[in-house]
Amino acid sequence: MRRSISAVAVMAGLALTLTACSSGDDTSSDDSSTAAAGDGSTLTIWVDETRQDAVEAAAEDFTAETGTKVETVLKNYDDIRTDFISQVPTGKGPDITVGAHDWLGELTKNGVVAPIELGDLADEFEDVSVQAFTQDGQVYGLPYAVENIGLIRNTALAADAPTTWDDMIAAGQAAGTQYPVLIQTGEEGDPYTYYPLQTSFGAPVFEQNDDGSYNSTLALGGANGEAFAGWLAEQGAAGTLDTAITYDIALEAFKNGQSPFIIGGPWMLDSFEGLDLAVSAIPSAGGQDAQPFAGVQGFYVSAQSQNALLANDFLLNYMSTEDAQLALYEAGHRVPALTAAADTASADPVTAGFREVGANAVPMPSIPEMASVWTYWGVTEAAAITGAQDPTAAWQKMVTDIQGAIGG
Amino acid sequence: MPTPESTAVAPRKRRGRDLSHARDFRPGFLVKLVLVALIDAFGIYGILAAWNQEAWGILTSMVVLLAVTNWVYFAKKALPLKYVLPGLVFLLVYQVYVMAYTGYVAFTNYGDGHNSTKSQAVEALLVQNERRVEGTESYQLTVVGSGDELGFAVLDADGDVRVGTAEQPLEEVDATVDAGQVTAVPGFDVLDRTTVLERQDEVTSLRVPISDDPNDGSIRTQDARTGYVSESTLHYDADADTLTDSTTGTVYSPNDHGQFEAEDGSTLAVGWRVFVGGENFTTAFTDSRYAAPFWKILVWTFAFAIGSVATTFLLGLFLAVVFNDVRLRGRKVYRTLLILPYAIPGFLGALLWAGMLNRKFGFINEVILGGANIGWLTDPVLAKLAVLGVNLWLGFPYMFLICTGALQSLPGDVMEAAKIDGASPWRAFRSVTMPLLLVSTTPLLISSFAFNFNNFTLIYMLTGGGPRFSDASVPLGHTDILISMVYNIAGVDGNSQKNYGLASALSIMIFVIVGGISALAFRKTRQLEELN
Repeated sequence: MRRSISAVAVMAGLALTLTACSSGDDTSSDDSSTAAAGDGSTLTIWVDETRQDAVEAAAEDFTAETGTKVETVLKNYDDIRTDFISQVPTGKGPDITVGAHDWLGELTKNGVVAPIELGDLADEFEDVSVQAFTQDGQVYGLPYAVENIGLIRNTALAADAPTTWDDMIAAGQAAGTQYPVLIQTGEEGDPYTYYPLQTSFGAPVFEQNDDGSYNSTLALGGANGEAFAGWLAEQGAAGTLDTAITYDIALEAFKNGQSPFIIGGPWMLDSFEGLDLAVSAIPSAGGQDAQPFAGVQGFYVSAQSQNALLANDFLLNYMSTEDAQLALYEAGHRVPALTAAADTASADPVTAGFREVGANAVPMPSIPEMASVWTYWGVTEAAAITGAQDPTAAWQKMVTDIQGAIGG
Repeated sequence: MPTPESTAVAPRKRRGRDLSHARDFRPGFLVKLVLVALIDAFGIYGILAAWNQEAWGILTSMVVLLAVTNWVYFAKKALPLKYVLPGLVFLLVYQVYVMAYTGYVAFTNYGDGHNSTKSQAVEALLVQNERRVEGTESYQLTVVGSGDELGFAVLDADGDVRVGTAEQPLEEVDATVDAGQVTAVPGFDVLDRTTVLERQDEVTSLRVPISDDPNDGSIRTQDARTGYVSESTLHYDADADTLTDSTTGTVYSPNDHGQFEAEDGSTLAVGWRVFVGGENFTTAFTDSRYAAPFWKILVWTFAFAIGSVATTFLLGLFLAVVFNDVRLRGRKVYRTLLILPYAIPGFLGALLWAGMLNRKFGFINEVILGGANIGWLTDPVLAKLAVLGVNLWLGFPYMFLICTGALQSLPGDVMEAAKIDGASPWRAFRSVTMPLLLVSTTPLLISSFAFNFNNFTLIYMLTGGGPRFSDASVPLGHTDILISMVYNIAGVDGNSQKNYGLASALSIMIFVIVGGISALAFRKTRQLEELN
């Protein structure tokens, strides 16, 4: 008998497992997202932990005024993109999810995201934020934050903002610290952080159309791109750029005052408490403007949402308020996308600094082809820096390989 | 239990004792009854949940499983099944289903751009191509109803109110406006928010024409508060199953690959999942960019799997033999210490080692080698050695454990006989211990080979496949093994467009390789057993 009792227990476990399966992903524990709306309907929103409190605060107002419950589901930010794409078609996805604008190409290609008509509201947002969420004339997300990197300076070690790369190196050396400047690189390279340096040589990744959107013609090759690769090799040989510097190492070294400069974004600020900081434009290495990527954070509405009306109402009338956008700013320190909120947040000089650098930023391409670029790009930069390969030849091969990956 | 029932069946119990436990009304039966009732309760809850989710596949399998469970545990004839059923069910759910689903996906083009069903693709294309007419104003909008029919009342900047329905274009009416909101419309009821929410699907899909001329566009709303003039550039003809672009006049019809295609070969972005037959299996071999790295990776995969098994086994065996010697003091302490790496999760161990092997800041270079600058993870040869070394560290305790166990269970009389025959310790080990040991450990060596053949965690966490091949045109590296190559090719790592169909097809091929080798090896083992 004992044997069959344990067997029964096993069966019970299995029944529970199956039940768990049948109610979809463990994170969307009930079927609210597919329930027909009505009284007591529920809006399901996927958020990550930094944004959860801010969204819930806005949701409280929404619930108080409309009587609609809002359920926030905490997800790991890195999983949201894939899970959203695979779960929306099954009807088990959320009504709204947080996300970054560069997912847009993939989301529309898979038909999982619905357009949002911002209407006159569009004018109240920073241009770059709406532009980033626009594809083919349609807006697909409600932006709430713009993030970009800048040159963070420890004012105790360097009083003035440098304007050129060589100035910066000179100032860094004059400060007598271990590193003249810290740039996270890693053995696989970091094209995102290096992008402003690359654009200062006039080699953007894709060509831009007149309206600012990208087309799939590569622009990082040619003489400008090769000049950048050659510069990387020079700096690598001189020791100012080093693939052993990872994000964590760079962060730690700057915190300990081992360098007056670090190129990085607002997400680093929490680690630098106690330091007196200033943010300025990234100095040009190649003579032209050093334009970093702008990443825009926002909310997407599911194409299969049964509560589309509620979802749009919530985003357009509750998440676009100054209070809601400022609450999100408090949570993540990214410059708000709503101009009024950004003005308020700019009272903080560091935020104002990032915003100023951001005015010159270009949106990160959101076309699906972008996914194929990163991996070749990074290792080639790393190979140029370490001197493992001839920079020009490596850069040319990289362009061919990326072209092959995009075409194939 | 002195209830009438139990006394009534008591004589039968004695008679039928040998016949069936299922009809055995002892207290144990009551326990069984309660437990099966619990399962039924959970099962029915699951069925209802599946019903709500409209997950018919899960619903059907739950019903069948529940029925079978009840039959097995209450029927007279099903005694052996009672023991087999739980395992069988787990096998079905966790193995057979997963394999069948992988097999199914391998023959489809599931991936980026082919994510869902055709009707969802059409729906997505239609919403993506309906947009606000440039330069038109936005209107304060109120949802109104007349009987079952819904309509919109829009208030423009001049304070005029116009009302219309799907059939009836907007026309001006004499409505009551209060604080910028339409509150009453003759001939219609103004719907309250609850009603609007109940019918939100109808509200968001309602299009009210501006005028009799369809080219003027129509009013739609997304939040039931503001209306915009919009027009569609793409129209679906359900009968002909085609999409027509009204600006260019191009007609798109569905093709074999799950996309809408025009006559000139251009396609619309959103597609759907279709069967593509063996195409995934052929693409795996025909993409020339993968040909050269594939062979290198195949060789390294075998080298890695065989090397890992050999090194871990030899070290584990050596230590097991050493610590099996009764003359050694404190054996238990040593043994416990040696098993420690086994207690650390593999991915954590790999991450730790990745940090320790860092070229400039790692513990190995910095402390042990006195500030050397050795690229343990960045030099092609050293990286391979590092992978094998870390896997040795992670894997030898397991081999140590099983060898210790096997050594302790060897019959003492055989060893004694060898000693009496005058065999040296080495000779006795080679001719007596080893063959006996191999009988019991070979199956474990084979499974260890199969495990390491697909040891994705280690590669992913330690080197990520790097350092990259400098002569290949695909992002693969010197320490990539087949399974991490699949991860890469199929775009699951996010570095190219995802293609789950291709990933499934390649996984099936890896399964065939591993399965084939294991089957061959097991057959050999059987011969080994026969020899003994």
